[in-house]
Amino acid sequence: MRGWLLGCLLLGLGSTGLAVEVRDFDDPAKQARYERLIEELRCLVCQNQSLADSDAELAKDLRDEVYGIIQSGKDEAEAVRFLTDRYGDFVLYRPPVKGITLLLWGGPVMILLFGGVFVWFRSRRHAAEYQTELSDAERLQLEERLESLEQKHHEG
Amino acid sequence: MRFLIPLAVFAIMVIFLAIGLTLNPREVPSPLIGKPAPAFNLPQVAAADKTLSPSDFKGQVVLVNVWASWCVSCRQEHPVLLQLARQGLVPIYGLNYKDQREAALGWLRQHGDPYAASAFDADGRVGIDWGVYGVPETFVIDRAGIIRHKHTGPVTPAALEQDILPLVRQLQGEAP
Repeated sequence: MRGWLLGCLLLGLGSTGLAVEVRDFDDPAKQARYERLIEELRCLVCQNQSLADSDAELAKDLRDEVYGIIQSGKDEAEAVRFLTDRYGDFVLYRPPVKGITLLLWGGPVMILLFGGVFVWFRSRRHAAEYQTELSDAERLQLEERLESLEQKHHEG
Repeated sequence: MRFLIPLAVFAIMVIFLAIGLTLNPREVPSPLIGKPAPAFNLPQVAAADKTLSPSDFKGQVVLVNVWASWCVSCRQEHPVLLQLARQGLVPIYGLNYKDQREAALGWLRQHGDPYAASAFDADGRVGIDWGVYGVPETFVIDRAGIIRHKHTGPVTPAALEQDILPLVRQLQGEAP
């Protein structure tokens, strides 16, 4: 039983290897650029994986293309344009701000604002409902009670 | 009264989620629609010494169908394409994507060949230029060589009747 469990664990370890193949770069800056890019770009086949994570055939082909572009000395924008020209903004995990993505980018800010305004109004209403200041009559009543308590204490 | 706001928020969420459920996340809108069909010059599947390029079908409305012998859902749409080819309403050109020539030829022999010609894209580079991410895919190209529509996934009789053929007829009616 124990050996079997250990075997399972070891198998699990073995499968955590990366999908990415080893690539040679003539410049470590290019390598950093490439690695950053494939993390930021989304695979179209396994839609919740980046190009770096995906084992899909297409992801490998697209990594080849990105590698070719970066290795030839072009910048990240060029590689991103290559992919968005063909596959659209879908390949970007960080979509650009434009008309159609306004709700996506502005939505959380709007919800925060609405929530803030809502909480502010609620707390103001609460404050009005539960006044902590005592009225004159209440203060008088309180003093009377205190006095009677003190008297009882002395008597006792 | 105090339940009204949470109820309204809940109702709005239900509406949004219900809309979300009816959308197909696999359907990625192509940025190529309205743009000229990406150029290529590839050998044909049937004859390695002959080439096929988009200029070969310029001046006519055509369908370009991306297929492969290893593609299971291509089998599903194949009878639809064969029938369309028999009707002769619109020529179908094939883009054979990441396949082997022998396998592709065998597949056409076995299942029938609806294509006017098929381009042989062995390494899939042309497929990338066309934004292919899931075979089969079908493009509608107008007389000027502009991509007007893309259908992702197998062509069903319903998709053909409702989307593709009406567009083809409309484009065929337009002056070149």
